[in-house]
Amino acid sequence: MSSPRKAVALISGGLDSLLAARLMLEQGIHVEGINFYTGFCVEGHTHAIRKKDRKKPKRNNALWSAEQLGIKLHILDIIDEYKDVVINPKHGYGANMNPCLDCKIFMLNKAKQWMEEHGFDFIITGEVIGQRPMSQRKDLLPVVVRESGVGDRLLRPLCAKNLAPTLPEREGWVDREKLLNFSGRNRKPQMALAKQFGFEDYASPAGGCCFLTDENYSRKLVDLWQARNKKEYELDDIMLLKVGRHIRPQPHYKLIVSREDGENRFLHGYRNQFSTIEIKSHGGPLTLVDGTLSDKDFKQAASIAARFSQGRDADNVNVLITPLDGEAYSLDIKPMPTAEIKQEWHV
Amino acid sequence: MSEYTLDARNSLCPMPVIKTQNRVNELHPGDTLTVTCTDPGALNDIPAWCRINGHEVIETREAGNEVIITIRVCG
Repeated sequence: MSSPRKAVALISGGLDSLLAARLMLEQGIHVEGINFYTGFCVEGHTHAIRKKDRKKPKRNNALWSAEQLGIKLHILDIIDEYKDVVINPKHGYGANMNPCLDCKIFMLNKAKQWMEEHGFDFIITGEVIGQRPMSQRKDLLPVVVRESGVGDRLLRPLCAKNLAPTLPEREGWVDREKLLNFSGRNRKPQMALAKQFGFEDYASPAGGCCFLTDENYSRKLVDLWQARNKKEYELDDIMLLKVGRHIRPQPHYKLIVSREDGENRFLHGYRNQFSTIEIKSHGGPLTLVDGTLSDKDFKQAASIAARFSQGRDADNVNVLITPLDGEAYSLDIKPMPTAEIKQEWHV
Repeated sequence: MSEYTLDARNSLCPMPVIKTQNRVNELHPGDTLTVTCTDPGALNDIPAWCRINGHEVIETREAGNEVIITIRVCG
């Protein structure tokens, strides 16, 4: 008896990739999943940080999908390699800073490498023609295939009948007749199929999986690049863009003000990388200061930080300022009136 | 069989899972790995990773703001 053919499934944690993998298992294919971690993944982070969100389940949906399927999942750290995709996308950005087409090409190329290194036969994805405006348009699917180098070893089980037969279909590794012809943005077919397979409590069908599709997040990323006058980032940079209020009173410095206890604890982990402002006389947030500040700047920054403390209406608030490369010192400061915190300072 | 430790503090999921996965891949069946994390999400994610990849979770516990998970590597 010959060994079953082996497919590597790109598992995002969403419903489509779950269904695509399940369709292959139905056909007796050996499936293992890979999940890419770019640093911009929505999975986990915000509800790990923010205390108010800790009541929500803290599961990782890619792991959950793999467990539902009974397959192995390999999570690949592609943070560093992915930077070039974000910084220099050949096909440009979507509505925000999302380089969806380049991202898809990059991930499929990585999947191809993994497939070859691990002796797998083909790749499957949960893509559906016409579902996404950038990376799943029918006219762009061939671009993805060509530029990623996957050729006809890429099978999209949910919409395969709308596409030319791929190698796994032509070779009879999978039965094309058992593949599907989904298309467009209507989610009802997927939801019906999920019900048929008995999948419940799957990740929200409409849920995005990347912070780069978020307008507010994208604005903060652009601000970061403009302030530094270069398109670069480290993992800590992009993690911090997810946390706190970001306020830029002057071009050369930005404040990150925590909004609640969970964020406060998270920002504490960065005290040795930034100047900080701590509220001492009242309850209040920890503020990280990104930039090089004069004494006058620190007074302005402390006044703003005090505005977000429980002493916001007090005549004076005592703060501890700890410059990154200097001695900590105490300062009594009047909280800045709300009307003086300009709207355009909020990033 | 040897005992190993892994510091995955101050990283958010899925990084503790990735660090655990990468370390486990270097170990041998029967070895144990104790992972210390600060992201409470690791309490769910690392055991889930172990279940789907066939490794055994010996113990999970919380100590202050830290989550400590001990795994036995299986073949």
